[in-house]
Amino acid sequence: MTEVMVPPAKKRGLRPLTEPAQDAPRRRDERTPGEKAARVLGYTLLMLFAIGLLAPFAWMVLSSLKSANEVFSVPVTWLPEVFIWSNYVEIWSESNMLVWIRNTLFLAVVVTFLQVLTGSFAAYGFSKMKFRGRDMLFLLYVGTIAVPWQSYMIPQFILLSNLKVSNTLWAIVFLQTFSAFGVFLMKQFYETIPEDLSEAARLDGLSEYAIWRRIMLPLSVPALASLTLLTFVNTWNDYLGPLIYLRDPDLWTIQLGLKSFVSNLYDTDYALLFAGLTISVIPIAIIFMLGQRFFVEGIATSGLKG
Amino acid sequence: MAITAAPDAPVAPPRKRPQRARARRRNTLIAWSFILPNFIGFGSLTLVPIIVLFYMSFTNWNVFGKADWVGLANFERLLGDGSFQIAFGNTLYYSALHIPLTILVSLTLALLLNNKLRGVAFFRTAAFFPYITSIVAIAVVWNLMFSPDYGPINEILRFVGFAEPPGWLTSADWAMPAVVIVSTWRDMGYYMILFLAGLQTVPRELHEAARVDGAGVIQRFFNVTLPCLRPTMFFVTVILTINSFKIFDLILVMTEGGPGQSTLVLSQFIYRKGFEESQFGYASAASVALFFLCITVTVAQFLWNKRRSA
Repeated sequence: MTEVMVPPAKKRGLRPLTEPAQDAPRRRDERTPGEKAARVLGYTLLMLFAIGLLAPFAWMVLSSLKSANEVFSVPVTWLPEVFIWSNYVEIWSESNMLVWIRNTLFLAVVVTFLQVLTGSFAAYGFSKMKFRGRDMLFLLYVGTIAVPWQSYMIPQFILLSNLKVSNTLWAIVFLQTFSAFGVFLMKQFYETIPEDLSEAARLDGLSEYAIWRRIMLPLSVPALASLTLLTFVNTWNDYLGPLIYLRDPDLWTIQLGLKSFVSNLYDTDYALLFAGLTISVIPIAIIFMLGQRFFVEGIATSGLKG
Repeated sequence: MAITAAPDAPVAPPRKRPQRARARRRNTLIAWSFILPNFIGFGSLTLVPIIVLFYMSFTNWNVFGKADWVGLANFERLLGDGSFQIAFGNTLYYSALHIPLTILVSLTLALLLNNKLRGVAFFRTAAFFPYITSIVAIAVVWNLMFSPDYGPINEILRFVGFAEPPGWLTSADWAMPAVVIVSTWRDMGYYMILFLAGLQTVPRELHEAARVDGAGVIQRFFNVTLPCLRPTMFFVTVILTINSFKIFDLILVMTEGGPGQSTLVLSQFIYRKGFEESQFGYASAASVALFFLCITVTVAQFLWNKRRSA
């Protein structure tokens, strides 16, 4: 049993992404001048990437602590003259943040739960059971990954409007839950679990549902974690779905709300806005730091074997 | 690999055939019960809309749901629509800049991070963070950074000697490059992970052998690394192409297609016609164009890849 619990990246003979890829560096005097130059170049590039990568985030956080006028000061200043922490208090009373966060949280939790549940369930049917038309059906799932959502958002909108779920949070739940990606990711993982295991369980008289629940689910915890985190973050960040479906300001998600903050007021208080943006990014940052391994493995698993 | 769940099925004598058929039917039912909860949603919210889309594109469907068959009229109108031509051209322009730039940046990043340099572990994590940051936050922050007078980017450009830095999002010529810079910054971490996973499948022995034969860093890259990366490169290109053709939300928040129509793309054209002007039939015809653009290019890439590896 312990053997199959190794994450797929390791089983396929890959080194896990978090470990150094090459042997310990050879002694300094062994390096050729070309290699030395390459290392210097490498560090220089790395520094440039670091600055480019982090500067926008630094700008966001620093601006959130400035006064409204200082955001647009000339010449540009990076550090606020006085740190105005009250921006982080005012944003809650100046906007509907609490409602936006409540809606977003509701959506992210419900969508993630349903997506993981139906996705892993369907993936079991696709990877561990045989029936006529299975491969064709799966091809349909995979094929739609190449079809942009934007090309069928209009018929989908008409359908959901006719079902009277437009302008309710359920529209977003329906929209996000049944993505092909969830089924695909879970199937990729289930395929790495040896067939013998489910065969043996069948001989022991376990039903297919029991095999899914008692063998597959416990073994696929890393994949479930990846799917959970990716779905949660996607739903939290989604802008287009809510833009089209949620007209009522009481239903707005945090993304819609913050965007309306920019466009509604002519004299937007940008310092406040940046405080709001920072607050909206913090949960994602925390989730990401706690589960970064699963993000990376989820992408690598679903990506490479596609 | 037994087809049925019954353990004795493969050796069952002929007279048990009805039983076997029943077991197989039962098995199929169970399999469908696994798939159905997801498939009901997937079928009705993805497959059905895709099929309905084609019908709608031949009608003058409007907001009241009344639709008359108009044949190819929508498509004829599209061909003569100046905004559509601009949107189509801009989508290709965006893709032509975004695809090579993203491959270049993310591959460079992956190559760098595949080495034992200090701080590499931190970077593998940090580079991915923009990808999971919301579009709204990214767009608002970059919009301000690109601000011609108040933004730090032009401040830096002036500092290093450009007396008249570009107007970025206020300039019809520079708005699209600005969008491409932001989208590349956002996507690079994602594609870097794909490349990094690909790089780890490159056999170390090949590098060692090439090194012994006196191949330098650059030679080894072109003769060892790049050929081994071909499957990854193919996959990245396919995904990146589809994602570039459907670019929308970033543009919607950053520029809303402006200034003028300089960053109007296909997805936004569909959105405008459909959701702002309620011309669902006409918007569907534009959607069909986007659909075929993505499918055709993807299929072409697969065929080309097959021919090259054959």
